[in-house]
Amino acid sequence: MNSTVANYFSEFESYQKMVDWLSGIAGFDTATLVMVVVISLMAFIVINAMMLVGGLGTYAERKISADLQARIGPNRVGPYGILQFLADGLKMTMKEDVTPAKADKVLFNLAPFLSLFGIFGTLAVLPISSGLALSHLNVGVFFLIAISSIVGIGIFLGGYASNSKWSMLGGMRGASQIVSYEIPVTLSVLSIVLLAGSLNFKVIVGGQTGMPTGWFIFHNPFSFMAFFVYSIAALAEANRAPFDLPEAESELVSGYHTEYTGMKFGIFALAEYIEVFVLASVAAAMFLGGYNVPFHLGGDGIIGQVLQLGAFVTKSLLIYYVVIWIRWTFPRLRADQLMVVCWKYLTPIAIFNLVGSAVWLYAFKGQSILQLVLHSGGSSAGGH
Amino acid sequence: MANNSINVLIPIAVCLGFAVIIYLVVMLASKILRPHEPNELKNSAYECGEQPIGTAWSMFNVRFYVVGLIFIIFDVESVLMFPVVSVFKKLNAMGMGGVVLIEILLFIGILVAGIAYCWSKGDLDWVKSYQPAKKK
Repeated sequence: MNSTVANYFSEFESYQKMVDWLSGIAGFDTATLVMVVVISLMAFIVINAMMLVGGLGTYAERKISADLQARIGPNRVGPYGILQFLADGLKMTMKEDVTPAKADKVLFNLAPFLSLFGIFGTLAVLPISSGLALSHLNVGVFFLIAISSIVGIGIFLGGYASNSKWSMLGGMRGASQIVSYEIPVTLSVLSIVLLAGSLNFKVIVGGQTGMPTGWFIFHNPFSFMAFFVYSIAALAEANRAPFDLPEAESELVSGYHTEYTGMKFGIFALAEYIEVFVLASVAAAMFLGGYNVPFHLGGDGIIGQVLQLGAFVTKSLLIYYVVIWIRWTFPRLRADQLMVVCWKYLTPIAIFNLVGSAVWLYAFKGQSILQLVLHSGGSSAGGH
Repeated sequence: MANNSINVLIPIAVCLGFAVIIYLVVMLASKILRPHEPNELKNSAYECGEQPIGTAWSMFNVRFYVVGLIFIIFDVESVLMFPVVSVFKKLNAMGMGGVVLIEILLFIGILVAGIAYCWSKGDLDWVKSYQPAKKK
């Protein structure tokens, strides 16, 4: 069940030959060393790709918002302004770093780091493909939910440590929001774990097929609802509009990162954009079939794995686009409405979904709604 | 591999290590490149140009204290649900689904009763004082 990217590569003959060759040169068994190096290289690639996704996310955000508002958007740096995020990053690196005199210096510096730390931890278990994923932890879902909570700590600490009233309010809102919306996210994810029967992302994705009929979103009416509960709550988890209250720029200046300047602000922004991608890819993996596509991609060969990765990233980016689209379409909620949506609507619905999925699994022996319809010849067992 | 359960933790450690490295490198690079000219006004808290009065670390109503408590209960609940939920399919295939299902329903039922109690007490409302008066 447990496997890492090194396990995948060790299936190849040339990997074993290389280990043997290196062991011959070094004079000791280098299998562990090679494994660590392979994992580190892969982690380096994944993290750089994710930072690129985060950077391009800011560009996509501006370009798509410009599109939706009939403007042109960034178009000066590079072709179609695509290098804008590099210019922004360079600018932020060179900006003066202002730490408020009354701030708690240690926590002030720690907060952006915690945001980055939490979000990089989740990257280790992202099921980017069946072989190339950094690690298929057999408690992957649990780990992902647990470590992504650290981001919330970073946001609250950022608000608290700044010793500014705007930041304090933003941090408080952020803490209450992230804490509250974790419940619907966890419960809707649980109803999928129930159907898959495992916490390992590989098993969850493997339990689905390439065709949309085999996806968990269309498994039964409850998982269909769970997808939307998850999507709404995940938007709030990532502080995205219409739930961007912790940084509501029109009421709180810029919320928890009001006092942050230069690259510390940049790290917050980067962590936020990567978190959106992580939550989108979790949605793709759990509900939309992950790296499965309707046709054969070439199996366990390296090309097949890269194609799987492409399929997975494509699905995630489609959800990413919808997230940006939502941001520029819906107005922001009020703080009290936010809590009402979470505790009076999403949480009861999520609990209902969980119970419904369990009952469905028991009553229909884990068959999906389509299988039931096909078995009964489309007569009465369908439901909807 | 024999010690696979340890190996699988290496990517996590590597990823978290990269977070530390990237943060330190970025901060160091920016420390070399950026100017550093602090003055008293610049270092004061931003309040839209006004002189900040007092500190932000004052006592104020955090509003969601009870919600925080409910969150802890629900978080513990979901942690307890994870193992049950992940083996439910297997147990169902073995024919023990009914017993487990009843236990899940009992467990969730108690929690639902708890949230219903909080709801009727008005603890889920952000602004309690503006609640419409209840009919008797």
